[in-house]
Amino acid sequence: MSTETAAPPMIKATAVNKYFGDLHVLKDIDFEVPRGQVVVVLGPSGSGKSTLCRAINRLEPINSGQIEVDGKPLPAEGKALAALRADVGMVFQQFNLFAHKTILENVTLGPTKVRRASAAEARTLAMELLERVGIANQAEKYPAQLSGGQQQRAAIARALAMKPKVMLFDEPTSALDPEMVQEVLDTMTSLADEGMTMLVVTHEMGFARRAAHRVIFMSDGEIVEDTNPNDFFTDPKSERAKDFLGKILTH
Amino acid sequence: MDVIIDNLPLYADGLLTTLQICAYGFVGSLVLGTILGAFRVSPVAPLRWVGTSWVNVFRNCPLTIVLFFCAFGLPEVGINGQYFWFGVTGLVLYTSAFVCEAVRSGINSVSAGQAEAARAVGLNFGQSLSYVIMPQAVRSVVPPLGSVIIAMIKNSAIVGAFGVGGDLFAVGQQLSSAQGKAALPVLTGVALGYLVITIPGGLLLGWLERKVAIAR
Ligand SMILES: Nc1ncnc2c1ncn2[C@@H]1O[C@H](COP(=O)(O)OP(=O)(O)OP(=O)(O)O)[C@@H](O)[C@H]1O
Ligand SMILES: [Mg+2]
Repeated sequence: MSTETAAPPMIKATAVNKYFGDLHVLKDIDFEVPRGQVVVVLGPSGSGKSTLCRAINRLEPINSGQIEVDGKPLPAEGKALAALRADVGMVFQQFNLFAHKTILENVTLGPTKVRRASAAEARTLAMELLERVGIANQAEKYPAQLSGGQQQRAAIARALAMKPKVMLFDEPTSALDPEMVQEVLDTMTSLADEGMTMLVVTHEMGFARRAAHRVIFMSDGEIVEDTNPNDFFTDPKSERAKDFLGKILTH
Repeated sequence: MDVIIDNLPLYADGLLTTLQICAYGFVGSLVLGTILGAFRVSPVAPLRWVGTSWVNVFRNCPLTIVLFFCAFGLPEVGINGQYFWFGVTGLVLYTSAFVCEAVRSGINSVSAGQAEAARAVGLNFGQSLSYVIMPQAVRSVVPPLGSVIIAMIKNSAIVGAFGVGGDLFAVGQQLSSAQGKAALPVLTGVALGYLVITIPGGLLLGWLERKVAIAR
């Protein structure tokens, strides 16, 4: 317990504001993700979930406020930012695997070019990770030759190959055919069980109930609720959360 | 057509000089244009500004004016040299603006997600460009680049008109004006000379296009 209180939270956002032109998409956002926690971000479309997620590795710069990762404020452009991004794994809705590289090359690119690992080391690590996400037999194929679920698991392996301190997921299963959602969620659940710190934007309520330590509910750019999954699903406090859950659960 | 046969060595020299202008022009504008193309998509605003200004100036200025500047302007500011190099410089300045735009549109043809994924992994701007974006951009860069290069080869005639001396265009001038030979056969020879460069060039480009289209 003492080490946990001594170490800074993995992610800490303080009074974060973000605008797209006149549109105020993040409004005075404050939250923390302690190490080892799995935090699920829920909310209606357009509420700012992706923007929040992307702000954490500065794919989306913010207008005011501060974001710290592992106790250090986000650097501006440059070497320091690249180094920070290397420590923050990110998984996209559209997978975004490098289309001109094989699955194996996708996973080894970061370790060799950013971490300066040798080709052999990177390959060994990559094969281990591909084994772990269950697609070692696809290593020599190109992304377009894989199913969506396989591509997303490859993307998770690519992120893990950087040995990240924290993983960000932005709707990792939303672009998948229904029958492939579970294989990706299983991979994420096992990652959570191993103690990875995770921030997950998702519409998968089952995953939120099972794997999340905490739920953040966003609406119109604000964090409306920040609580544990059980309370959120059984006893939402705000009208907006009740409304959201009502719509989701009647589906 | 005897005039062509009789002056074959002269034509051959002209062809060689034109080839030299084109070779230097090609390498120079490819290197400079690619750097400028990278500037145009760079996260650093002043670099973007340089790239944009370059394109706006050189793409919108007639080549003849650019060449005038190089041939007569540069010596005025104390830069001296052979007309050949002034000519090549002008051609490179001008052509690089077009190469830059071909490169930039190629980069833009690669989905934004690829660049985001590259950055998210921790690759810096240069690494993202060279390992992820450029290899995928070549496919859409090669066809417009081909047109730019063919245009450059033809534009080299204007460089010749600036008195580089001895290039294909100058050979035509020399034979028809100075030696008073009939213009039609002389110029036919000159045109053939350019075709000898552009047609194989076009075939090479077609082959290259097919090659990069197959490569993933
Ligand atoms: N690049 C952009 N330029 C302008 N507006 C944007 C941009 N990206 C997002 N927005 C707007 O910002 C708001 C928040 O978008 P965001 O993508 O963060 O929402 P979200 O909660 O992830 O929604 P979804 O569930 O649909 O993914 C939306 O109104 C969206 O239209
Ligand atoms: Mg989103």
